Amino acid sequence: MDNLGTFLSVLSQGLPFTIIATVAGILLTIVLSFVAGLALMSSSKTVRVISRIYVEGLRGTSEVVQLFWIFFALPVLVGFQIVPLWAGILVLGLNHGAYGAEIVRGAVQSVPRAQVEGAIALSMTPAQRMCRVILPQAVVEMLPSFNNLFIQLLKSTALLSFVSINEITRQAQQVLVPRFNPQAFQIFLLLLVMYLIMSLVITAIMRTLERVAAARVGRKPSARSRSQATGAGIA
Amino acid sequence: MPSVEKSGADPMIAFDGVEKRFGDNVVLSELSFTVAPGEHVCLIGPSGSGKTTILRLLMTLEKCDAGTITVGGTSLSHMEKNGKLVPADEKHVRDVRKRIGMEFQQFNLFPNMTVRGNLVEAPTRVLGLSKDEADARAKELLDLVGLGDRIDSHPTQLSGGQQQRVAIARALAMRPDVLLLDEVTSALDPELVAGVLKLLSDIGSSTDITFLCVTHEMGFARDFSDRVMMFDGGRVIEDAAPEKLFTAPEHERTQAFLHAVVDR
Amino acid sequence: MNVWDWNFAGQIIPALLNGLRITLIATVLGSLIAFVLGLVLAILGRGPRPVRIVVRAIVEFIRSTPLLVQVYFLFFVLPAFGVVLPALTVGVLALGVHYATYTSEVYRAGIDAVPRGQWEAATALSLPRTRVWTGVVLPQAIPRVMPALGNYVISMFKETPLLIGIGVLDIVGQVREVGGQSFRYVEAYTLAGLLFLLLSYPASLAVRRLERRRAVR
Repeated sequence: MDNLGTFLSVLSQGLPFTIIATVAGILLTIVLSFVAGLALMSSSKTVRVISRIYVEGLRGTSEVVQLFWIFFALPVLVGFQIVPLWAGILVLGLNHGAYGAEIVRGAVQSVPRAQVEGAIALSMTPAQRMCRVILPQAVVEMLPSFNNLFIQLLKSTALLSFVSINEITRQAQQVLVPRFNPQAFQIFLLLLVMYLIMSLVITAIMRTLERVAAARVGRKPSARSRSQATGAGIA
Repeated sequence: MPSVEKSGADPMIAFDGVEKRFGDNVVLSELSFTVAPGEHVCLIGPSGSGKTTILRLLMTLEKCDAGTITVGGTSLSHMEKNGKLVPADEKHVRDVRKRIGMEFQQFNLFPNMTVRGNLVEAPTRVLGLSKDEADARAKELLDLVGLGDRIDSHPTQLSGGQQQRVAIARALAMRPDVLLLDEVTSALDPELVAGVLKLLSDIGSSTDITFLCVTHEMGFARDFSDRVMMFDGGRVIEDAAPEKLFTAPEHERTQAFLHAVVDR
Repeated sequence: MNVWDWNFAGQIIPALLNGLRITLIATVLGSLIAFVLGLVLAILGRGPRPVRIVVRAIVEFIRSTPLLVQVYFLFFVLPAFGVVLPALTVGVLALGVHYATYTSEVYRAGIDAVPRGQWEAATALSLPRTRVWTGVVLPQAIPRVMPALGNYVISMFKETPLLIGIGVLDIVGQVREVGGQSFRYVEAYTLAGLLFLLLSYPASLAVRRLERRRAVR
């Protein structure tokens, strides 16, 4: 493992991109998940349909295709190039936001009807009902699925290597492997471990949030492992 | 403790110093009793007293922590190898277990097979009967339990009482020497209970099968059994013929239990 | 330069279909591996403690790391061990192993859902271990989880474009070449996207309907 130092330093040069893409992607995902998720339950049919088209369209097509479309087709249509990293973040957010919308919808609809009726009986406005009663309870349900989704997003940042963004996978595959081909095993193993560590960090954060959110609604967080939140066919 | 033994015969079932723990909870301790071949024994007592555990130990669904269990003279937990006693292997346990059949509270028929499938499964796979032999046996037993016309039905199409009767036929298809009944009528609607109990009585009187039943049906216990054992806290409190135990129980725990159960 | 040229769009359809053939092959073969290997992992996951821990560790490792990196890993590392395979084969293997970790969880849930009484009744009848699995447990577990398995097949279908990283000419691979040659990207990628949608959306609806029907029963 003589070149370990070299490998680590080269891969680390890609880390800022991976981390920025992940964090910004997660933020965009959260925003879109709630906007589209709540829109799916809107009383306006138009809003529901638009949201449904977004959700099915983004979920039904391949993320790689979306990436290439934003990178190569969109500039032709709008006349300018988007900065690669932002284009990548846009795709990550749009794609995972579509899956997140279903998570939000499912969780909100799983709040017992009795809770909603109790809030109505107390003359709360729809906005108050949503913010003070429904969402706090729904959020506890959402967190395990979002944990999976965010890790999925982290894994998707590797796709950005296809469009010249120098995140860690590109560093490994384009920079290190051509020069150190015999040591491909160590290089990729190192790369995998880096992703594993970042996954664990995400899970640790989400588990803490789960505890906090559950405590705020007077519940203990469910002991279920990540594996049980495999609903909605998220790969 | 008095025990009724048919003179001269080796016991069919023998528990000797059996102990069973679940974590810190000692469910059975120093349990010793025998059941003679062909005897009908009912186990009564409050929930959690260890009655079901005894059946589960016999059925090898659990392993005892101390003591030995013998069925028909052969140990369930140990076997002889080169003249020495060693812990039994899976094959030995299966061989001994083949002589025992069990009925469950939830019937546990296999929903992915028809009634016929349920009945022929074990005889063909375990006893090595041919399809025709197993089929013939299945028909015979279903007629015995009064469900001959339902042989190609699905378990889900049958009532609880019918399912339990099919389950009984399924166990009988293995020609067991011992039949364990675990509260077999507790999950049934009241009007179906009598039918199942009558069937069991008929089987009891027409075969040599040794019965060990856990039941809450005191009337059945009184009529069906040669011997009743009252359990509490993992120990046998009283062990006597039903006429005696039900009319003149000696132990006050038995008296209290019967008082609470019978005077409902 | 006009944005959309219908002529060009028509010209790339053969390329799209060629790519589709490869995509479908990868999906079908990858799914088969995932179904079989996943079941093996699920059954091993109920074995003795050391085996359980090893299986759990491998599954978590694979699930927490990108499929693309696993594809690269196999592609670059296998030759070092003397195993030289065509890119599509490597891709299918990577897809199969990666998704096996997901299907194993699905199988596990299905097996856990089989009531304990079924195991006990099978034991009471002294059925041999393999028969308990093949005759009683799996026939009850697997039909229950088919919708979830179906969803993973659809997911795999949408992830096959990853394989362009090792030179496989699937839908996206073909379209990227054609688009790159003529510098026309809008038709190329839009049609590619629509092709995925055209196949995955109805499949998704079918799986959802299957799920609903099972829930009713």
